[in-house]
Amino acid sequence: MDNSKHTKKIRERLKNLFTSRNTIQAFATFLTNVHLPNFLKGALYNGKVKQVCVPGLNCYSCPAATGACPIGSFQAVVGSSKFNFSYYITGILIFFGIMFGRFICGFFCPFGWLQDLLHKIPTKKFSTKKLKFMCCIKYGILVIAVIALPILITNDAGISIPYFCKYICPQGILEGGIPLSLASGSIRAALGALFRWKFLILAGMIVLSVLFYRPFCKWLCLLGAFYSLFNRFSLLNYKVDKDKCIACGKCSRVCKMDVDISKNTAHTECIRCGDCIKVCPTKAIFIHWGSTNPVKTKENKTSNQIGDMKNESI
Amino acid sequence: MKVTSKYSAYKVFAVQILLIAIAIIFVCVGVCRGEVETVFTKAIRLCLECVGIG
Repeated sequence: MDNSKHTKKIRERLKNLFTSRNTIQAFATFLTNVHLPNFLKGALYNGKVKQVCVPGLNCYSCPAATGACPIGSFQAVVGSSKFNFSYYITGILIFFGIMFGRFICGFFCPFGWLQDLLHKIPTKKFSTKKLKFMCCIKYGILVIAVIALPILITNDAGISIPYFCKYICPQGILEGGIPLSLASGSIRAALGALFRWKFLILAGMIVLSVLFYRPFCKWLCLLGAFYSLFNRFSLLNYKVDKDKCIACGKCSRVCKMDVDISKNTAHTECIRCGDCIKVCPTKAIFIHWGSTNPVKTKENKTSNQIGDMKNESI
Repeated sequence: MKVTSKYSAYKVFAVQILLIAIAIIFVCVGVCRGEVETVFTKAIRLCLECVGIG
């Protein structure tokens, strides 16, 4: 009895957590961009915290940025003449991935939050179910822009360009290019064709985010592509109680990431937003944190079997 | 309670432990190689590619 009451309490608390997802996203965005007065100064924060990268997509050229951008940092290390691979950033990203998986996309990423807010603008919305094949683009970009090109194309000094940051990432323009050009005349004067190209990408993403749910996360985000590989093994994951599931399909219909959680709880596109938990009529879907010790599970199963056998013999 | 899972608990547990160990080792190796300085140097300076200057 006590156990079921305790579980109920935890579930209620988690339900409250998911109803305030927007608050958590706002708070996470604030934490990753603490130095707000720097927007007026037009200068970057240069304290020691910038040695560590943040979990979400957040440009380190944003005047308010607290830490380093994981994608930018990886490209900076790989593209330098000293190193061909970044163990430091890969290690940090694996750690984030194994702890949370794509929960980071749903709760901690500032650009994900921006897309969520844009999608709340009341207009006609379009489904991306028929565009599922486009989800593969982000894996292609991860392999080509971050791994292949920095190895294959370098200058005489062995330095390569951060291709993703330079040609694709809209976050750099939004958080760095626009605010810095507004604050500094010299930066404004230096802007050219590249700025216009990246501004076009940002504008395109803004328009698409209003019409589709999280187009950047689904189709282009390298960080999302990397974290998606950990959804199957992350300590934070979703479970579906098959005894309670009535296969009503509500979870699948409500999911804006086009995931059917009842079929695959570790789907690579699931950002753990919790919409399916909220809508489930039998509370069959629940969030699970931590590792299931297989030895203990086996012991419990064995003791249950012994108990069943005793009951049968009585 | 019957919970669906594609992989056995043993496999998931082993992969989780392995990945946490790899993450810690990778961070330590990166720190020893001096990658932190490269990250820090890049992070505190204006990234021209990021902001669209070139």
